[in-house]
Amino acid sequence: MLQIRIHGRGGQGVVSAAEMLSLAAFEQGRHAQAFPSFGSERTGAPVVAFCRIDDRDIRLREPIMAPDVLIVQDPTLLHQVDVFQGLQPEGYVLINSKRSFGELGLAEIEQRFRRERLVTVPATEIALKHLGRPLPNAVLLGGFAALSGLITLDAVAHAIRAKFAGRVAEGNVAAAGEAFDFVKKEMQEMADAQAD
Amino acid sequence: MLKQIEGSKAVAEAVAMCRPEVICAYPISPQTHIVEGLGELVKDGTLAPCEFINVESEFAAMSVAIGASAAGARSYTATASQGLLFMAEAVYNASGLGLPIVMTVANRAIGAPINIWNDHSDSMSQRDCGWIQLFAAHNQEALDLHIQAFKLAEELSMPVMVCMDGFILTHAYERVDMPTQAQVDGFLPAYEPRQVLDVNEPVSIGAMVGPEAFMEVRYLAHAKQLTALERIPQIAAEFQEQFGRNTGGLVRGYHLDDAETVVVALGSVLGTLRETVDELRRDGQRFGVLGISSFRPFPLAAVRAALQGAKRVVVLEKSFSVGLGGVVSTDVRLALSGLQLQGYTVVAGLGGRAITQASLRRMLLEAQAGQLPALSFLDLDWRIVNRQLEREAQVRRSGPIAENLLRDVGTVASKVG
Repeated sequence: MLQIRIHGRGGQGVVSAAEMLSLAAFEQGRHAQAFPSFGSERTGAPVVAFCRIDDRDIRLREPIMAPDVLIVQDPTLLHQVDVFQGLQPEGYVLINSKRSFGELGLAEIEQRFRRERLVTVPATEIALKHLGRPLPNAVLLGGFAALSGLITLDAVAHAIRAKFAGRVAEGNVAAAGEAFDFVKKEMQEMADAQAD
Repeated sequence: MLKQIEGSKAVAEAVAMCRPEVICAYPISPQTHIVEGLGELVKDGTLAPCEFINVESEFAAMSVAIGASAAGARSYTATASQGLLFMAEAVYNASGLGLPIVMTVANRAIGAPINIWNDHSDSMSQRDCGWIQLFAAHNQEALDLHIQAFKLAEELSMPVMVCMDGFILTHAYERVDMPTQAQVDGFLPAYEPRQVLDVNEPVSIGAMVGPEAFMEVRYLAHAKQLTALERIPQIAAEFQEQFGRNTGGLVRGYHLDDAETVVVALGSVLGTLRETVDELRRDGQRFGVLGISSFRPFPLAAVRAALQGAKRVVVLEKSFSVGLGGVVSTDVRLALSGLQLQGYTVVAGLGGRAITQASLRRMLLEAQAGQLPALSFLDLDWRIVNRQLEREAQVRRSGPIAENLLRDVGTVASKVG
């Protein structure tokens, strides 16, 4: 079972991101369960949402305390919430930021986890470009598809179109595609740097 | 057709396929998405003919449902928590009059302290109101139970509450198999009322009944619930035949055959319990799970039959009778009268406290080892409980308890679970 935890702030579409991720997994024929952490969903307040993906019926209903994947929609949470709590040793981390892990003060995280699974992507900037609004949620799912290969970009696009319609959907699909390419490029550069 | 969909939306679509003619509701978390979904289906004409009535309170919601049902309309409403309490007087009237209203309760705690999260206090508070109470373990069952509920309610002329865990189910996106309209039409016949306000054949409904017949009217309601004990499994079997899914029924056993310790529960925690028991069985521990799907009528015989082979019974419940202990466990004990079984009550998940696999595993192993107290509270934070008790012992004006405990806990925004 793959367990994903998404951190963000009220208004950034944290819950929608988990829901879209479950839709993408379903599109690929998998079982998926998405649910919010409930309650504190006020604009700007820290919000957590969860998604489980498996090849069989998912019965577990507890919050995800030991995620395989972390998606952080707002880097200002890094020093307010212990977002890395319980992250599995082989885990993936995707953070919405223009800055690198080192620049974000996360050198210690870089050492503790697999470097090639830790990526930042400027999702807010990409969203502003395609949507005119700073909504990073769907964009980051494109980045996650590139980082992990665990869902396809096509499935992400399908999920976005299931959740949104018209220009909003197409803007998000384009933005997710750009994030996908950005992360692929960043991973290639990281691999090249390691090869040197 | 398989769909990845929010629990509330799935229930709204299933209720719409049951063709209710009147829906009246007042929004309250975590029920809101259900009635919003139905509102949309009425507005866009998918559900027609149907009157969606916005009311000014839950009391009005149930009152409108009573009026509509008495006039012969298939009627539906939904609520939760304080909303259910606010409509309580009318809830008793609906059952007392024998009107087959179906209501979803998106289970949520009752204040004070105000709390919007899940537990079973709300529907348990109406335990004795005369409604049938069915509990869903997952979203597929929540959806299916609504279709079964209309059939059961109308056959018996008795209202049915379908209880589903607020947020945990209502707000969860998961895979469900959505029936077709033709399937539902084939399963659920048109509503044929036993009593109806009809200008051509005038009757009154709701006479005052004195000591001469009140007990008899009450007994007849009980007799109907005893009939429901027979009809609930039959309807579940008919449902399975039509839809190919085994949902509903009175109780549902899991690994009971050789189980030494059986944990009894209701609702969505059954999923986590089954995972936990599977894990314990891999370690050679003989645990089993009994899910109660029908809480009213309470299936005394089925519970007894399912548990009589066990050595120990743990009732894990999201409800709490202050001053006594368990609510469900009292009924389970009644079912086990005369049997020499070690019984434990574990109150868990009140006000949305997460019920984790790790805590369940620890608790079940303690029960197996005979170390569990007769009444315990899963993951109770004794640190803040004891601090408050000390505070109260030290000063007279110790202040409001909720505020004191929140100060002791500190900021919760930084916590993940």
